[in-house]
Amino acid sequence: MFFDLIVVGVSWGGLDALTTMVRGLPPGFDVPVVIVQHRGPDAESILSELLQHWTERKIGEPEDKEPIRTGHIYIAPANYHLLIEEGHFSLSTEAPVRYSRPSIDVMFGSACYAYGERLIGVVLTGANEDGSRGLQCVHEYGGYCVVQDPATAEIATMPAAALRRVPTAAMIPLAGIANHIVDVAKNGPPEKSMRAMA
Amino acid sequence: MAVSLETEDGAAVPREPAGKNDLEKLEVELLLEGIFRHYGFDFRAYAYSSLRRRLWKRIDAEGLGSVSALQNAVLHDPPVMERLLRDLSVNVTAMFRDPTFYVAFRNQVIPLLRTYPFIRIWHAGCSTGEEVFSMAILLTEEGLYDRCRIYATDINDIVLRQAKQRIFPLERMQEYTDNYIKAGGKRSFSEYYTAMYEGALFSPALLKNVVFSQHNLVTDGSFAEFNVVLCRNVLIYFDKSLQGKVHKLFYDSLSNFGLLCLGSKESLKFTRFEHCYEDISLREKIYRKVL
Repeated sequence: MFFDLIVVGVSWGGLDALTTMVRGLPPGFDVPVVIVQHRGPDAESILSELLQHWTERKIGEPEDKEPIRTGHIYIAPANYHLLIEEGHFSLSTEAPVRYSRPSIDVMFGSACYAYGERLIGVVLTGANEDGSRGLQCVHEYGGYCVVQDPATAEIATMPAAALRRVPTAAMIPLAGIANHIVDVAKNGPPEKSMRAMA
Repeated sequence: MAVSLETEDGAAVPREPAGKNDLEKLEVELLLEGIFRHYGFDFRAYAYSSLRRRLWKRIDAEGLGSVSALQNAVLHDPPVMERLLRDLSVNVTAMFRDPTFYVAFRNQVIPLLRTYPFIRIWHAGCSTGEEVFSMAILLTEEGLYDRCRIYATDINDIVLRQAKQRIFPLERMQEYTDNYIKAGGKRSFSEYYTAMYEGALFSPALLKNVVFSQHNLVTDGSFAEFNVVLCRNVLIYFDKSLQGKVHKLFYDSLSNFGLLCLGSKESLKFTRFEHCYEDISLREKIYRKVL
């Protein structure tokens, strides 16, 4: 594998988008996935259950200092920032960032510091601009950036903002995102695999 | 040159050019060592990701360009240290944060506490006091408050002074009222405060059995034996080794069958004290010392 971790940020329209993405990850592909979905402060953890329906991988909300395990999908708990360190999670109750806790920018920012170029960042549908700074950070640390094609997003604001900050990100329609991620994780980013072929 | 994507609303997404991580880590270690030796505050075993965010927020707010520049400022300019201490120690909480915790406390802990003639509670890392007031309200409504003494401690003296003033932003009362109702509140929340200008002034009766005191979980020891230790969403800022040390402090500070209440995403799992407690509420992270 060319990548050790996949981070995903999503807001409005997230349930459908995440369902499509999670269903598309084939059995046997076990790079851990960490998701920030914006939601209210005391939202129950029903999102995990809804997504669990579609996959064999274990989906859950991490506890503080929980190790990041292969084959797992993690969802940031409501009312905390989720931070990523090398190999494990940390939580924080620092102030919301742009009205969001969890914040996509905060999670991505910590992940790119810990994982550098071994990280894939994905920004999906949403009605605000969270995630764009975080994705820029992923890009600057040498990670691989994917943005949902805004034309396929329930709300285009968030992916459009991410593309403005990272114009070189791969813009992929929702239905193709899972395949693209799997391909890139297995074979390397398109430009690198082409170089290997030459 | 380090750059940071600081936004007007504090969305610090600090970054260093790739490959500079090791150098920055060294700078952070030197800064924390300096703070410890000069001021006595020990942040050396704090969880790195959150610590780093907060340091960069302060670096940007002071108009500095690197961790080393912050070190220089902190060591030569005590007001900068005071501001950094605030950044590193203040956590943003709410009254009746996690209402389901208070429901569990009412239903499962209060019946246990009723059997005691006198109840000592340690609220460790109480910050600006929102959760102390919440507990005082709950104990009042359960008719136990007169038998209780709450020792509310924090590393930061400034937040304790703020808590003692009993004033909270009026704009948050709607949220707190919602939380209070979900937490099983038995009265009207507005009975507990008087609105004045921008603030809500809480009843002095709620603090009559509260003692605020500066205490550092990292460097200070146990100071009494307690029936309940509340420490919610504080240990998340510590690394695992320091969490273990503080769990020893809590264990030593609890009486037999004393209760330990952690944040809903914290856990005794993977600590060596796991087998010393039984679960009272697995979901709300309420434990009872049994060994």
